[in-house]
Amino acid sequence: MAVLEILVYPDPRLKQISEPVETVDQALLDFIADLEETMRAGPGGVGIAAPQVGCFKRIVIVDVSCKPKIPHHGRLVLINPVIATSNGSVVGREGCLSVPDYTGNVARAERITLNAWDETGAERVYSMEGFEARAVQHEMDHLEGLLFLDRLVSRRDIFRRKVYQKPRASVSKPS
Amino acid sequence: MKKWYMVTLVGRDQPGIVAGVAQALYAGRCNLGEASMARLGGNFATMLMVEFDGEIPALEAMLEEVSGRMGLRCHVDAIEAGLHCHIEPDVRISVYGADRAGIVAEVTGALAEAGLNILNLETDIGGTEENPIYIMHLDGVAGRGAAALRSVLETLSREKNVEARLVENDLLMG
Repeated sequence: MAVLEILVYPDPRLKQISEPVETVDQALLDFIADLEETMRAGPGGVGIAAPQVGCFKRIVIVDVSCKPKIPHHGRLVLINPVIATSNGSVVGREGCLSVPDYTGNVARAERITLNAWDETGAERVYSMEGFEARAVQHEMDHLEGLLFLDRLVSRRDIFRRKVYQKPRASVSKPS
Repeated sequence: MKKWYMVTLVGRDQPGIVAGVAQALYAGRCNLGEASMARLGGNFATMLMVEFDGEIPALEAMLEEVSGRMGLRCHVDAIEAGLHCHIEPDVRISVYGADRAGIVAEVTGALAEAGLNILNLETDIGGTEENPIYIMHLDGVAGRGAAALRSVLETLSREKNVEARLVENDLLMG
């Protein structure tokens, strides 16, 4: 196991599109173990994509279980992930191990279903929402050579349009 | 050693201000840092971090031509620049309501007492001339937690007839 070097923008390799994984073998599993160790070594990292360490294969790891009180699937290794359906839109603040000292607001689908292989090469279907869904979308963007910088929304556009009714208290819970 | 300055420019808005100012500074061998520029009520206001080898009079002279041509008032301060040390806002708050004197003072005063450090604030006046509405967006750090701010916003909402919304920034680091 090893902590791999993370590519940092403006490294042009971060804009590269990654290739599908053909077979799951021991070399791939060893790489996934290193990728996970790299994710966990980063400050507060809840996800990582293979191209962030210079491996241009369609693999992402997400684990948001450190966040309290949210629905999640625990540690997720997603190989060749494809989003099948997406619904809703929510704006949240994102940062990236590959973009130091900058965070910004990004709009993501609120709920997604996706198909992916697991570490045994078996097809799996996941349905997820909220923070976990945002994390998966952020990581899957890396597979297309996209960073959250490609999806920033203006500070003036970050509040969801919503009609409030008086006199109830209109301060809402966190999204 | 290069020094940092804060250049403030204010004037009637017209096309070409940003390009004119940026070109004058580039021609004078300045490097631009972070900037905030906005059109406020038909005026253009800019705060611009500028890295420059020389002193304030030289920087002012460099901007004299473009300022005169575009009707801008220019002000330069020497600053200590803190690049690569952003503070992350952990809450964002929006407040809106019928426009009246005192909204900003009431809202920001109450939020400051509840521990909010404001990092960024933008306000607009919309609606019609007869019925203007005030819209405020702010980002900040909740020094004593979001619950304290939420409680203050609920009170403001109830007593001051404004709509208020707080969202905690659940920062995703991926």
